[in-house]
Amino acid sequence: MSEGLDAWQLIASGDATLISIVRLSLTVTLAAVAVAAVVGLPLGALLALTRFPGRSTLVVLVNGFMGLPPVVVGLTVYLLLSRSGPLGEFGLLFTPAAMVIAQALLVVPIIAALTRQTIEDLWREYRDELTAMGVGPTGRVATLLWDSRFSLITALLAGFGRAAGEVGAVMIVGGNIEGFTRTMTTTIALETSKGDLPLAMGLGAILIGLILAINAAAWGLRLWSEQRVA
Amino acid sequence: MMRAALTDLPLILDRVSLSAGATTMLDRLDLAITPGAPTLVLGPNGAGKTSLLRVCMGLAAPSAGTVSWGGRTDRGLGRRAMLLQKPVMLRRSVAANVAYGLAQAGCPRHRRAARTEELLDRVGLLGLAARPARRLSGGEQQRVALARALAREPEILLLDEPTASLDPAATRHVEEIILMASQSGTKIVMASHDLGQVRRLAGDVVFLVRGRLCEHASVGDFFDRPSSAEAAAFIHGELVL
Repeated sequence: MSEGLDAWQLIASGDATLISIVRLSLTVTLAAVAVAAVVGLPLGALLALTRFPGRSTLVVLVNGFMGLPPVVVGLTVYLLLSRSGPLGEFGLLFTPAAMVIAQALLVVPIIAALTRQTIEDLWREYRDELTAMGVGPTGRVATLLWDSRFSLITALLAGFGRAAGEVGAVMIVGGNIEGFTRTMTTTIALETSKGDLPLAMGLGAILIGLILAINAAAWGLRLWSEQRVA
Repeated sequence: MMRAALTDLPLILDRVSLSAGATTMLDRLDLAITPGAPTLVLGPNGAGKTSLLRVCMGLAAPSAGTVSWGGRTDRGLGRRAMLLQKPVMLRRSVAANVAYGLAQAGCPRHRRAARTEELLDRVGLLGLAARPARRLSGGEQQRVALARALAREPEILLLDEPTASLDPAATRHVEEIILMASQSGTKIVMASHDLGQVRRLAGDVVFLVRGRLCEHASVGDFFDRPSSAEAAAFIHGELVL
């Protein structure tokens, strides 16, 4: 019976190993979302605002990539980063950096696809006004991104949820090395296969709690800033 | 500055048509907009008032014919500003909306705060500067948009029924701002379907029916001696379709 409380007791007692696992998970996921935002937000906005041959194909591709299987992304990054791979010389395989790269690749399509839809809708409303004010292409992207910031928070949260919950990619490119690349999800997978179900379940509860806490914080931020500006 | 040397007047439409698919919005329109008292564009709903203003602003390229601003035919923004029928408030404060217009008009950063205050004072919204623009009433939003348009220091100010949904007090306020702009040298081109407003503001009247220029006359001639049956009927409050 006491086993079910293991994870909580470890947290409560400030267990260094557990805390480092939680911290690594959060760091990797937040870094991946940050990288994906820097790439995905402008990419989505560009897709929304430009017309070129093959655009429809690209839009479908980006939308489709929202459902990329994490293990496949993990495998691809593994091949790229492995000693004999094209990026092998950087020695990134089995490091947290590799995990950030893999998760960012998973999150970019989500942020880009949701951003494209949001910006395209807002552009319809803003087009005449911005054109009349003589706003150039760069100004348009900046203005539309800023003015849809409340909706884009949701896109970032969707990306965060995706990265926080996945195990396949980080397992393959991180290697689940204790004290170095072991995250909450890889620990859960490991403990489950070892038969330590209570610890796995405890960790799962902690993970869900953290995801909810971050979503609640984002929601609070949205309410607070909407009250001031929207 | 190079920009000051350019002028957008006269604005000349030479057999301009505008159509989308099978719908014709403007039909072979000839029109010259010259400096002076406000030009009011009048006509029933769907006559092409908005289309005419969009073409004059350069927001829409004519399907046939040419538009020229001071002899130039490139639609690149000159010294024009437009107040859309339903102005879009950016999701920021009232002051930030005006400052945005100033930035786009090339006003240097260090002068923006003072200019914003000046413009908000001119439209009577100084007290609401910090409020979110989208929370304002329709009349107040019209005035924010007016301040934002005036931020461009336009030579031509196009207004698309700026008082269509306003009560008399708000209408009067907006008309006063427009007259003030007109008196300080801005050419006003304004769509309206309110005959009282046309009498109050217009120097000349452009009367459109079904996308065609039905009449272009001084306001006195238009009301006293309309030359078309449609204009006569419109003036007498009959339905013109």
